[in-house]
Amino acid sequence: MSLKGKVFKYGSHVDTDAIIPARHLNLLEPADLAKHCMEDIDADFIGKVKNGDIIVADINFGCGSSREHAPVAIKASGISCVIAKSFARIFFRNAINIGLPLLECEEAADNIKAGDTVEVDLASGAITNLSSGKTFSAKAYPEFMMQIVQAGGLVEYTKKKLSGAK
Amino acid sequence: MTLSEKILAAHCGKASVGPGDFLNVRTDLVLSNDITAPIAIREFERLGVAKVFDPGKIVMVPDHFCPNKDIQSAEQAKMMREFARKHKLVYFEVGQMGIEHVILPEKGLALPGEVVVGADSHTCTYGALGAFATGMGSTDIAIAMATGEIWMKVPPTIKFVFHGQPGKWVGGKDLILYLIGDIGVDGALYSALEFHGEAVDKLGMDGRFTMSNMAIEAGGKAGLFHVDAKTRSYLKDRTSRKYTEYRPDPDAAYARVIEYDVAKIEPQVAFPHLPSNTKPISKVGDIAIDQVVIGSCTNGRMDDLRLAAKVLKGRKVDPHLRCIILPGSQQVYLDALKEGIIETFIRAGAAVSTPTCGPCLGGYMGILAAGERCVSTTNRNFVGRMGHVKSEVYLANPAVAAASAIAGRIAGPQEIK
Repeated sequence: MSLKGKVFKYGSHVDTDAIIPARHLNLLEPADLAKHCMEDIDADFIGKVKNGDIIVADINFGCGSSREHAPVAIKASGISCVIAKSFARIFFRNAINIGLPLLECEEAADNIKAGDTVEVDLASGAITNLSSGKTFSAKAYPEFMMQIVQAGGLVEYTKKKLSGAK
Repeated sequence: MTLSEKILAAHCGKASVGPGDFLNVRTDLVLSNDITAPIAIREFERLGVAKVFDPGKIVMVPDHFCPNKDIQSAEQAKMMREFARKHKLVYFEVGQMGIEHVILPEKGLALPGEVVVGADSHTCTYGALGAFATGMGSTDIAIAMATGEIWMKVPPTIKFVFHGQPGKWVGGKDLILYLIGDIGVDGALYSALEFHGEAVDKLGMDGRFTMSNMAIEAGGKAGLFHVDAKTRSYLKDRTSRKYTEYRPDPDAAYARVIEYDVAKIEPQVAFPHLPSNTKPISKVGDIAIDQVVIGSCTNGRMDDLRLAAKVLKGRKVDPHLRCIILPGSQQVYLDALKEGIIETFIRAGAAVSTPTCGPCLGGYMGILAAGERCVSTTNRNFVGRMGHVKSEVYLANPAVAAASAIAGRIAGPQEIK
């Protein structure tokens, strides 16, 4: 699966209150949550983001609360994947569980600028900055996690397991 | 093996586990609240499972936006209440409820040696009891509700040893803020923290809950204490269930060992906008404030309120600011009433609220306007955490918060005459 889009670039420790402020956690529908995605740190994000676009950030992306609303809001805004140097633990689980691909890659985070066009091949972890021509390679998912991703998320993975399908 | 490794091994039927192993772990308690349960319920229903694995092991607490702050919150709370009733889950209605991480230990629902998972990042609080407790998202919790199991990667463990005798106004909040200031908000990313040393042995249970609670603020997966006489005495009248006390092996493999001399640690204040942005109280300078919040899953227990009352007794809150105090549970509220603490607060000019997470996450009951500053005993000071993006939150212990309420600026309790 290949993903391609323009880059929104953020710094370190982008927390879940920045991704979706808690005052909006009384909303449940992904489309409603998406309307407020990133609004406190980047008021232009929602007006500019297009389907397929990519977020690139520094370390510890998604730190803070366990709210699954955070990856849900990002995914529903049209973002196709997030590339960062590292991710906070709960955010990482949540994103995998709901089918928002994440890629860990220091070099990509250092060498991709806001507005660049980037292409990502999820199967191989290859990241190509089409604006600069540079390519990078993300850390591969552990096999166990790859099974969840391939099943289409944790619910589908568990459904298969519960029905006895191997 | 470390404490975490021993508990996880016992919950997946293995003799031994190590960092990086993927396990399917049996869960003893599965928690969610009024903002995370609705998504979990949807995912649970998508699974097509008729029943939860064990209704007595699934807890739902309406604490974040409850008593309902608006219509949308009321709808979410209703969805949770109806699901909890239908499946006969452990559920605490407004009037009995408190902040989830205050009432679960209080009611003996989380015990040493158990694996507790919760759709709330501060689920790590129960590590104070010697449980492996960790926060997850709603989909994970849906799976745990259905199957009683969840996948986990065994975290590496960092051992923290606190030596020495703490100063008069230094408590669990200061030790954990100091630790986070030292290693950073991702200093323990994906790791379990294990707390050791004579300084934490001397801490009461409430101080230990505060420390385990904020393990997540260092990026940690869990923050554990081993069981001692204080833990046993805390649990004595709260549960009749049997529990297992684990201890780390003397030769357990730690990713790092970090040691602190607590005699050198002053009360800490975490400046905006990260919990790691800490300064000792003597280096804070003159910072005027508009609000003080005392409470939350971090500092909403009896020892916290006693500490605040000690400072506020016979004094007045600066009339230019609002001081809002939220006991963490109905039991804490009642105990504080009996000890005369609530009267102390009200006479000092503080507002006392029914238990709720409300202001901590900018929900309600104390939202900040643009440019306002708040000293808070809560756990996060991210941009916009308690209201307007241009507001600021300073994290501190309850004595510093109370002293600041009197002084009208950030102040240590030793400054209050």
